[in-house]
Amino acid sequence: MNDAVTLRVNGKPVTVPAGAMVSTAIAAAGFDLFRRSVTGQPRGPLCGMGICFECRVTVGGRQHVRSCQTACASGMEVQTDE
Amino acid sequence: MSEGDRSFDVLVIGAGPAGLAAACRAAAARAIVCLVDDNPRPGGQIWRASLDRVPGPAVPWIATAARLGVRMIEGARVFAAPEPGRLALETGAGEPLDLRYRSLVLATGARERFVPFPGWTLPNAMGAGGLQSLVKSGFPVRGKKVVVAGSGPLLPAVARYLRHAGADVRLIAEQAPLAALARFARSLLHHPHKLAEAAIFGGSLAGVRYLTSSWPVSAQGDGRVQSVTLARGGKTFTESCDYLACGFGLVPNTELASLLGCRVSEGVAVDDYQRTTVEGVYAAGEITGIGGVDLALVEGEIAGHAAAGQTERASRLFQARDRQRHFARSLARSFTLREELKHLAPDDTLVCRCEDVSLGRVRAATGWREAKLQTRCGMGPCQSRVCGPAVEFLLGWKPDSVRPPLFPVSVNSLSQAGDSGS
Ligand SMILES: Cc1cc2nc3c(=O)[nH]c(=O)nc-3n(C[C@H](O)[C@H](O)[C@H](O)COP(=O)(O)OP(=O)(O)OC[C@H]3O[C@@H](n4cnc5c(N)ncnc54)[C@H](O)[C@@H]3O)c2cc1C
Ligand code: FES
Repeated sequence: MNDAVTLRVNGKPVTVPAGAMVSTAIAAAGFDLFRRSVTGQPRGPLCGMGICFECRVTVGGRQHVRSCQTACASGMEVQTDE
Repeated sequence: MSEGDRSFDVLVIGAGPAGLAAACRAAAARAIVCLVDDNPRPGGQIWRASLDRVPGPAVPWIATAARLGVRMIEGARVFAAPEPGRLALETGAGEPLDLRYRSLVLATGARERFVPFPGWTLPNAMGAGGLQSLVKSGFPVRGKKVVVAGSGPLLPAVARYLRHAGADVRLIAEQAPLAALARFARSLLHHPHKLAEAAIFGGSLAGVRYLTSSWPVSAQGDGRVQSVTLARGGKTFTESCDYLACGFGLVPNTELASLLGCRVSEGVAVDDYQRTTVEGVYAAGEITGIGGVDLALVEGEIAGHAAAGQTERASRLFQARDRQRHFARSLARSFTLREELKHLAPDDTLVCRCEDVSLGRVRAATGWREAKLQTRCGMGPCQSRVCGPAVEFLLGWKPDSVRPPLFPVSVNSLSQAGDSGS
């Protein structure tokens, strides 16, 4: 079994343990800002369990994916807001 | 999935302790059972997998469910109930899924309650259980300074977990007074096996300051949280931190139950057999009220037996449930939130994080209906799961009625749910 997964966050390669969620990869790549709110404020995860939607990012071109409920996969492209 | 694969005698929503127990007991009575969870892995909150590893106490339940042929659907969430006996779901990949049932067991658990204060929306200020869940999935906290604050037995549990993961936990701020905690500790003497769990005065917290009658008043930082100011003994002090983990107790996830028409007061109302007020619909675990893992398990077992028609077996567990309910009551009494917490947020602090609505704008409305219409408070993707309990605590407004979809879903899933069958 593979015990590490490599993916890219905002173009930056990052390696995380198998089973890690996308939120982990984003933090491991050094980003605190996951999304911008409707008035442009920086936001990151709040609930860690899929209910608040504060951790949503773009995964493989799909928008508004909750990073805390989505497992990392090899070669995944993750995009946060700037 | 074929037609036959989508119809079940007993459908269980939520694979935490309550849902797992319900599924196992119903399947043991030869019912055809399906267990669904939004999480990619079973276990719920307390038994959330650490990376791929499921915690010890969950293992036998998951193994039993598999052995008894329980159909497990992971990473799918229920978003609508188009007609009795039918639920509409969406998978993690965004695909619609339609499931049918004779009996339904709701075991959707609880979430953290958040109390707004200036700076609570900064990145890296999050829930206490929230940060713990992220760390279980490998979120890096080694060497990071963390302040844990809020209320309840979850705080020391989280602090212990974070320390184990290498975090530098600076302190725990519990808003309840020491006298209330001492009462709680005494009540644990009647439940000796819970003592180790609580660890409030336990050795594994040695070195971490555990302050009582202390709470966060503001968080500061540029683009992310860098410090938190806490109140204690009529004064305030500021502690620098990389993460602020704040949870003010738990609130039951009653949205799906409300959508189905079940009566909800504090949690979902149930009778002795865990039956809700809607025919064929049962509820078990923290959806019925906050009470911890042991109460969730026994309620799950009762609901599973009853949903499969084994009422005699269910009734043998009533006494065990009563003992656990006693614990739940002392928990609630000990960690009552203090009045001061209602005055942390000035009018410009955001209450609704989805639509960026300030407390002042919400307060100007006469109630939920008007606030929704005028400000869009509670209308964003979280569907007031975060601001709802906060507004209830701050302004005393009871939650508004629940409408589908319970979560934002794709147009495709919505239109499938609209079909009267397939
Ligand atoms: C973030 C958090 C962390 C916690 N950590 C601890 C801890 O470390 N120690 C401790 O003693 N207690 C902890 N608790 C308390 C814990 O809730 C209970 O002890 C126990 O997990 C309750 O079991 P349950 O089966 O009732 O619900 P849960 O374990 O909460 O399980 C409910 C499940 O239902 C699923 N669900 C909800 N809605 C839907 C839907 N619409 N569609 C599909 N699936 C859905 C959820 O994904 C979840 O997995 C925590 C609670 C929270 C909220
Ligand atoms: S952190 Fe709340 S949904 Fe992911």
